[in-house]
Amino acid sequence: MTIEELEQIAESVRLENAKFDYEVNVCMDLACASQGAEKLRDALVKAVEASGKTVLVRRTGCMGPCSSGPLVRVDPEETLYHHVNADHADAIVASLGGDPVPTLQCDLNDHFDKQVRVVLENAGHIDPEKIDDYISCEGYKALLTALTEMTPNGVVHRITESGLRGRGGGGYPTGLKWGTVAKAGGDLKYVVCNGDEGDPGAFMDRSVMEGDPHRVIEGMAIAAYAVGASKGFIYVRAEYPVAVARLTTALREARRRGLLGSNICGTTFSFDVEIRLGAGAFVCGEETALLASIEGRRGTPRPRPPYPAVSGLWGKPTLINNVETYANIAPIVRNGGKWFANMGSERSKGTKVFALTGKITNTGLVEVPMGIKLREIIEVIGGGVPDGHTFKAVQTGGPSGGCIPAEMLDIGVSYDALLKVGSIMGSGGMIVMDDTSCMVNVAKFFIEFCMTESCGKCIPCRAGTAQMHTLLSRICDGSGTMDDLELLEDLCSTVKEASLCGLGQTAPNPVLSTLKYFRNEYIEHIAHKRCPAGVCNIKAAVEVLA
Amino acid sequence: MSKLKLATVWLDGCSGCHMSFLDMDERLLELAEFVDVVYSPIVDTKVFPDEVDIALVEGAVASVDDEIKIKKIRAHSKMVVAMGDCAVAGNVPSMRNPFGPEAILERAYIENATLQQQIPCVVVPKLLKVVRPIHEFVKVDVFLPGCPPSAETFHTALTALVTGGPLDISALTRFGA
Amino acid sequence: MSDAVEVKTLIIDEQEVSARRGQTILDVARENDINIPTLCHLEGLSDVGACRLCLVEIKGSNKLLPACVATVFEGMEVSTNTERLQKHRRMILEMLFAERNHICAVCVSNGHCELQTMGQEQGLTHIRLPYRNPSLNVDASHERFTVDHNRCILCTRCVRACAEIEGAHVWDVMGRGINSIVITDLHEEWGSSTCTRCGKCVQVCPTGALFDKSKVGTDHPKNPDFLPYLNLMREAQ
Repeated sequence: MTIEELEQIAESVRLENAKFDYEVNVCMDLACASQGAEKLRDALVKAVEASGKTVLVRRTGCMGPCSSGPLVRVDPEETLYHHVNADHADAIVASLGGDPVPTLQCDLNDHFDKQVRVVLENAGHIDPEKIDDYISCEGYKALLTALTEMTPNGVVHRITESGLRGRGGGGYPTGLKWGTVAKAGGDLKYVVCNGDEGDPGAFMDRSVMEGDPHRVIEGMAIAAYAVGASKGFIYVRAEYPVAVARLTTALREARRRGLLGSNICGTTFSFDVEIRLGAGAFVCGEETALLASIEGRRGTPRPRPPYPAVSGLWGKPTLINNVETYANIAPIVRNGGKWFANMGSERSKGTKVFALTGKITNTGLVEVPMGIKLREIIEVIGGGVPDGHTFKAVQTGGPSGGCIPAEMLDIGVSYDALLKVGSIMGSGGMIVMDDTSCMVNVAKFFIEFCMTESCGKCIPCRAGTAQMHTLLSRICDGSGTMDDLELLEDLCSTVKEASLCGLGQTAPNPVLSTLKYFRNEYIEHIAHKRCPAGVCNIKAAVEVLA
Repeated sequence: MSKLKLATVWLDGCSGCHMSFLDMDERLLELAEFVDVVYSPIVDTKVFPDEVDIALVEGAVASVDDEIKIKKIRAHSKMVVAMGDCAVAGNVPSMRNPFGPEAILERAYIENATLQQQIPCVVVPKLLKVVRPIHEFVKVDVFLPGCPPSAETFHTALTALVTGGPLDISALTRFGA
Repeated sequence: MSDAVEVKTLIIDEQEVSARRGQTILDVARENDINIPTLCHLEGLSDVGACRLCLVEIKGSNKLLPACVATVFEGMEVSTNTERLQKHRRMILEMLFAERNHICAVCVSNGHCELQTMGQEQGLTHIRLPYRNPSLNVDASHERFTVDHNRCILCTRCVRACAEIEGAHVWDVMGRGINSIVITDLHEEWGSSTCTRCGKCVQVCPTGALFDKSKVGTDHPKNPDFLPYLNLMREAQ
């Protein structure tokens, strides 16, 4: 395989597609699929056959606004239809060449205009199970360019220059990490992709793996070339069967095309990837726990240093990055580090994918440039809080992120700004809460998650989260005291500072941030036995004793 | 100088702490220079006085009655001392917590009773679901762990408390001492 | 380059000490009679950094490091007993005491329990946290030993002693978070497990969770000191 051959494949796909007058793209991502997108596609295929028109009906990955699904986009007009079901197939096919179907058409210009798509550039445009579709969108060009025109050092340098930071939550500079692994000694090194996305309400990585799996594989292959690894693992949670199936197909196709395996494209570089399934432990998203799990051991974290870059899988230097980080690699190699660094804010470059959920009109996946104001994401792209309710808080960064109140919405989204207001970037979950949410109850909910997902290895996280849950439950049911509140703050401090891994260290964030911004709600529960949002079931006056 | 009013109370405990208290023997006389025992299982007073300076509380809070008592003690005492592991940590009485009061009553009064198998329900106070140390109900000023704290511990601690001297409890005693 | 130097000098609690490259802070501190509390660390076993009691402060870093696994570097300034550390240590001990049913008065290890002693050393007179009172089993199926989960602090010394020293790996941890327990084999009764009856786990257990049935009352002193000696003799072979 050479770049010329890639271009030939791309050209043949383009020629093939040009035979069709229209392309009807059906989003088959989980949200749309669960609402009958499969049936819809079959109906569309039938309708096309009956109409005699030359139309390509294509299955695609996530288009973004999941709450409007099932979604259909008709190209080349780029007409977007929402809430489509199989009964609408005939009308859509009939409309091709004429006016769009007005009842189905949706206006999401505000939603899309502010977005910048790098990671999701192909999602919703290609068939994730066809490698040629990916190749037709410049797929694997970056890998071949790297292999044939760049030195490994050159690749690391380009990534460093881009300013890309780890998208899994920590925000560690990717180029620096690659450089460390590249410099590590030894002839056996590993590249690992962390696809163990476990945050409730987050589905960025799933969408990438399901909608554009080759992008992840290409990113990993480039990384392997840069750091000198020959073996890769993608660790995907077993709860993502579609992602696993798509990745499996993608790996098979990539091997068949000679883009994985021995002596890729006639170079001395050999690399292959295996999929490993996670068994449903949230903590396995933590890198050292993930590595233990790949090795077949109990998925618990270990203290760092040594970092995986020095001693990872089976004690070998291991590069571990998140799905979204790898998804950024190919465009950076293709377009240059400066191109990427021109997007975003000063210390957070590029774009970030967020999963917007909760009390917001347009739930779904969005990709925005770093530095964009939270307010823009929520009010413009997300369409604001529905049903006449008012916005109360947004939680970023998954269960261990902080709750950011309305008065802070004008901060720009970046690793540092979010940290400053008591939250984290995390992997990109964004849960919007309105006036019907009780913040104490919200904190209790997230602590309960962290408690059940704690691996139990270190005491602060194992027992501390359980104690925090007990105290929060007391406050929620009206039996809490001001002493409990003080104790809760002490607990937060110890769990945050003394826990072994990131799960424990960030677990208190929802409590700390709600205590900071919504303390009055705690006081109302304790002092006046009243839940301002009317969520908590406060017990009748505590037993009066003689 | 008028003497301090000292009360000692016995909630859900074994009276061991009171025994250990009495084990101070002749040193009790020294202590009597400073305090009057105004209420105790070992004196005749039946009603907890309105004003007490130091209340030594033995035992955990295990029944409705204990809860009423400890709140009353707190309301009428300047200083509350949790005396011994039951008051400090729940200790042996709290060993029923994983099973619950019903299981315990069933075991004691039905399974292991040869005659008159019935769970007492008249006069005796109702058991709380969970036995807890006293500081989970009221503010406690001094904790004296130990099962029981030794006479030596009592002497040193009480001397410090009545004279206002320094007191390092961890140097004297520990849980289970 | 300072990294090539085999001997490092550093400061622990304002005391100048020297160390070999690769030594842990805990090792160096103990060599110099500086006490850093630990429960999961035991000389002769691998370190897991799980009890978090040995956290220390390093000048110039806001992060607390576990002394049992953090290695020394030239010019390092370590504080082992600051107010911040004491506060966390007390809270961690409170968490341990409240987590299960630790009734010192009736425990076989009363008087020689590492948890009890450490509670006293750290000035713990009561537990502010609500006791969790979990319902846990006692497995007395083994002919020589008993495991009382009520007293287990999940330090995993037994797991490591069994796997690393005895080579049997009968013990391991089951479950997650607050529901974790140590188990024998695949959660079979200890008595019918593949246990070799060597008793190393009992000797290394810091509390009364594992104990010898043949002893009565609180006559259960543990002697984990055999481990480093055993390792030394094995290396010599």
